[in-house]
This record gives sequence, structure tokens and C-alpha cells, in this order.
Amino acid sequence: MKKTGAQVLCEGLIHHGVEKIFGIPGGAILPLYGTLSEYPELDHILVRHEQGASHAADGFSRVSGKTGVCFATSGPGATNLITGMATAMMDSSPMIAITGQVSRPGIGKDSFQEIDITGASLPVTKHNYLVMNAHEIPRVLKEAFIIANTGRPGPVLIDIPRDVFIEEFDFDNNFWNEEIKILGYNPPKFTDNSKIDSALKLIEQSERPVILAGHGIIISRAYDERLELAEKAQIPVVTTLLGISSFPENHVLSLSFPGMHGVAWASLALDQADLVIAIGSRFDDRITGDTSRFATKSKKIHIDIDPAEINKNINVDVALIGNAKDILKQMLPKLKKKTHIDWLNHISKLKEDHPSLKLKKSNDLTGQYVVKSLSDETNGKSVIVTGVGQHQMWAAQHYLYCAQNSWISSGGLGTMGFEVPAALGAKVGAPEKNVWSIAGDGGFQMTLCELATIVENNIKVKFALLNNNHLGMITQWQGMFFNQDYQANAYTANPDFVKLANAYGMKALSVDNNEDVRPAIREANNHDGPFLIDFKIKKEENVFPMIPSGQSVNELLEEPVDGSN
Amino acid sequence: MVAINTGTRTVIALVENKAGVLSRICGLFRRQGFNISSLAVGKSEQEGLSRMTFVVEGPEEVVRLVAAKLDRLIEVVKVEDISDLEHVYREMVLIKVSADNEKRGEILQLSNIFNVKTVDVGADQMTIETTGESNEIESLLELLEPYGIIEVMRTGRVAVLKSKE
Repeated sequence: MKKTGAQVLCEGLIHHGVEKIFGIPGGAILPLYGTLSEYPELDHILVRHEQGASHAADGFSRVSGKTGVCFATSGPGATNLITGMATAMMDSSPMIAITGQVSRPGIGKDSFQEIDITGASLPVTKHNYLVMNAHEIPRVLKEAFIIANTGRPGPVLIDIPRDVFIEEFDFDNNFWNEEIKILGYNPPKFTDNSKIDSALKLIEQSERPVILAGHGIIISRAYDERLELAEKAQIPVVTTLLGISSFPENHVLSLSFPGMHGVAWASLALDQADLVIAIGSRFDDRITGDTSRFATKSKKIHIDIDPAEINKNINVDVALIGNAKDILKQMLPKLKKKTHIDWLNHISKLKEDHPSLKLKKSNDLTGQYVVKSLSDETNGKSVIVTGVGQHQMWAAQHYLYCAQNSWISSGGLGTMGFEVPAALGAKVGAPEKNVWSIAGDGGFQMTLCELATIVENNIKVKFALLNNNHLGMITQWQGMFFNQDYQANAYTANPDFVKLANAYGMKALSVDNNEDVRPAIREANNHDGPFLIDFKIKKEENVFPMIPSGQSVNELLEEPVDGSN
Repeated sequence: MVAINTGTRTVIALVENKAGVLSRICGLFRRQGFNISSLAVGKSEQEGLSRMTFVVEGPEEVVRLVAAKLDRLIEVVKVEDISDLEHVYREMVLIKVSADNEKRGEILQLSNIFNVKTVDVGADQMTIETTGESNEIESLLELLEPYGIIEVMRTGRVAVLKSKE
């Protein structure tokens, strides 16, 4: 039966279970939008900026485990997706981005709104395609879904010229059910059982083991297997920043997260361990600091699906390459029960001696107090979305994550502005969950245009804006490392965020003291719609603990006593 | 990363013969600031697949990382850093050299040593070709230098692993 490229594309999306698309039309992609009305199964959410579309698709993916899809037109529409694709790439989040391209005869002629987006997006996509014939669309789409979702997931961009959308060809629907093979793409399947024995031997011999649980636990949904590993062998669990919410933080073996702004006992436990079992983590520089001084007393087991991660930053003793869940499943039956009473007691002592999360008594409203209050009011069970900076670190530290996969943050790329559209996408992906965006006034203003999208579609996201009228982390670094030479760090003309939210049609409150924090959070939680709270927090409050960039746990800075910083 | 063991590394890759593949591969070397000192590409024994030989200059650890990242590329079927494995390689060169009637004879005599073939002869210049290891080609070029080298065109290395004994 003859169909257009656009029709086949829509049918392919539906076949792959796509229901939500985030995007903005433009000239080159209009033929695709012109086909959407034939496919009511596809719900297109019109965002206000293509960057928002890409982050929303990412937030949607992370929370739901389904593939986030975004549409943009050629030229500026496509380039605006780049930050979002890079964010998804760094954090291994599956995404399909479909861009319109100028018609085939116009390619390479510097046509209006032409950009070589497959060239421009090479380093920020797992793979990309320029589709020069409509009949290639079905195969490309099928490959794209496989590539985006398997192995180490990531974004795939499909660039389709305007005239390819309208080109007709004979298409047999049975194609969707056919298996395809992608010659050069073989995500590793774990087979080397001798490695399991080597890993188990190291675990048996260890007296001070630590699990370093990364995002790979969440991506492979290996929560239960990792929990069993921890409990059966009594191994405490440190999570990476993106591994947060992979392990219940109210569990006795939970040590929260280590590294630059991680809690002191987690960094110290990693440093003092005799065995580090890294699962789905890539030994990021925010965790290791100076790699030559990172966890030097320990042997290392590294479980990861990406062979390129093995020995990239830290040399390991045993590498198990494959899906974390599969590997742990094979390990567990052979794992012997163990106890590490001395080690766990020692860690308890570390926690007492280094109370990283103890809140200072203060009459000033602080970001830490807001996050702690939000954690208590939501029983640690909301989905928390953040941008990057001080608010992100406070959100990571002071919220007690008790629900699986409830932390959505731009970890690798560190994208300010992620917090608004990613929260939108997360709520669309998990409408039954309470989604809070913890935002800073810096990042929030980078993408706040999406408040319109949120109100228009009644996406019931709540915002806790930690507003200190500063780029807080910049202020902190300039204060600590640049002789207090403060440059370009203050926002002296922030808008009235309550009025701003109201102008978009969103309910909002302003809070400037400790007493009003919890009532405001309750009001937001009870409100059946999007809600913003502008928390006017103390300026010049630093995030502690801190291991300065490129240093080691020996240089760990803790909160000055009496809060006299 | 401290650049140690910097040297010449030879990487071979089996890749799909498609538009844009070379650009993806070169991008990964570019990201690390590596110069590709030679690159040879041609169809392989398998339909639709090409084989590439790269010679890059960089620290062993970083080349290994780049090779692992190359393997992540969808269109790269297989990639291997063969520098430390037993392999043979050849390079081919075309050399256009000044050669009047007087000198031509001398130049042709070199063929005894270097397996040189004459591919084109003009009134006062000639073009010769040879294949060999890089150092053999360097030696030939050195010998020809006094005659006046007009143009040199080298293919870059092609390499294969040695057969197992």
C-alpha cells in the first residue's frame, strides 16, 4: 500500500509504543505535523523552545523507562536540541529526536534554515541518520529505537528532508514485526563466568567492602539484585550522584553519595575500603577527584555495559562487561553470606564524627532547610527534578530518597535549565507521581518559558525555587578559590517570581521564613495543578562538605563549626 | 592524563561502507587532539564492508580508549589496536623525480635494491613506484633527494596480523 514517509514514520512511532511527543513545528517539518491529525494515538505537546522539547523527552524517558521523543524543524530548531541531546548522551538516557531538513535539492546550498545537523550532532548522539529516501524510514526508525534503548542507552537523531516526508512508497505493515540485525551493533552480553568467580573471591576476601552504585542500576532496573548483594554480604552502599534513588536511603546499609559535595562518610568509606564494587558507574571526576589518590587501599570490581568505561579513569582488578542486572543475577546464587560488623561499626563512627547532613540552627531561611522540609512532607517519595548548582547539591544531600528512580538530574553535562522542562516531561511520564522541581533562580530563568507549556497542558508539577538572587555555586567558588573576587555572580533584578508564575496562570507563593516553609509545601501538595513556591533563601550560603576540584578526600572541607562561614 | 608511552600506534577497523563513517571515526581522534598520520581505506573481502588502517601518534592508554570508543560507533563492526601484536604492513609511494637522459639510468639502478617500478617517463622527469615498510620508503626518498624530488604521493600504511604458526 502506498504511504508517505510521514505516515510511515507516525505508524512506526505508534508501533514502538510512543504516546507523547514534545516539539515545535517549522517549515521543514510541517509535512510531518500535517500528518499528525491522522494519528490521534500520538499526543503532541507543544513546548516553547526546542531545548525544552529535548529535556522534556529526557525527563520523560528517565522516569518512565520509555523512549522520549521530540520533534524540531531544520536549522535553529535542530541546533536548539543539541544541549538536550548532549545532556541525554552524558547521562545515558534514551531519546529519539526527529528533525526536519530542507528538501533534498536544497541540501548543501545554504538554503533558508539549513544546517548540517547530523554533522553538528555527531558528538552528542549515540547515533544519527540523514534519511535521503522515504523507503529507508521504517528501517532507520527501527534501528533508532534499538540503538537508543539497548546497551548503554542514548539519544538518536533522525534528520528527514521536507520532501522525503511527502514522498510516497509501497509499504507493508508486516515490516514492523520483522526482526532486524544491525551489523556493527552488538551490545555486550556477559559470558565470561570465570570473572564471576574472581569477583566473588574478592568479595569473600574483603573485610571493608563498599558498593558504588551508579545510574546503571536504575537503567537496568537491578534494584533487587543489588539490594540482595548488599544484604547477603552486608556491604554498605554508596550511590553516585545519578545512582541516587537506586537504593533506599532509609536502609541501614545506605551511605548516600560521595565526591565533591557528597557526604563525608561516603567519601571516607570509599577511601578506607579494601574493595570497591562499582556497578553501572563510570568513576566520574566529581567522585574520584585526583584519580591517583582515589580509593588507593582497595581492589576494584567494575560491572558496566560499556567496554570503553573499563580502565578509563580508574584501573580495576576485575571487569565484568554486560548488563548489571544479568551479571548480578548470575553472581547472587554463588555469593556466600557474610558479616562485616567491625567495618559497619567503623562507618557508624564516621557518621557520628562527620555529621555532614546536620542542619545548622539558623533564623535565616536556607536551601538545606527547604529541601529537608520537602523531604519530610513528602516522606521521601516524590520524584525530584533539579538543574545544576547549589540547589542540586542540597537536593541530593538533604532529601531522603526512599522511592526507586525518584531523582532526575543533569549529572554528566551539568545543564542549567534542565529543571523546568525535565520536570514537565517527568510528570507527563509519571502522572501518578508527585513531581517536584527543585530549582535555582539561575537555571530556572534559562528555560522558564516552559511554564506556559505546563499551564497550557495542566501538567501538575510543583516548583521549589531556591531563590538567592545569585548564581550560588559561582559565588561559592569565587569566594573560596578566587579571593572573593565576585564577578557576574549576582542577579540584582530578578523578577517577582510569584507575579511571574501568576502571569502564566500558575498558582504561587512566596516564603521568606522557616515557619512558612512546611505550610507552603502542604498547600502546593494539596493543590490540584502546577504550583510554584519562591523560597527567598539566605545569600552566600556554601554547600558543604566539599572536596575541591582535582583534590582527594584528604582535602575534604566540612561545614565550619557554628556555621560561621 | 599524563602523556606517557607516546608513540606510533596502528589501529585497524572493519567498517560499514556508508556515507559519513569516516567523519564519525575521525571525530573521535580529533576530540583527543590526535593527528592521524596515515589513513588507508578500501573495500574488504566482505560485501558492504571496508577495512581501514590508521596510524596515530598518541599515548598508548589514550589510543586504547579511542579504540574502545570507535567500537561504540554503530557502523564500526570491529576495531583493533594491533601495535603490540605481530603484524606486517606495507605502504606504497609514487615519486616524481627529475631525471634527464643522464640520470635516468642511475635512478633505474635503484630498482635492484628497492623493488622500484617505473610507471611514467617524460623528457626530464620520471615517476616510479615502490611498496615497503615506512623506513624503506624513507631510505629511497633520501637516496633520490640529490636528483630532485618533484612530488611524493604516499598511500599510508595498510596492515594485517601475521598468520598463526
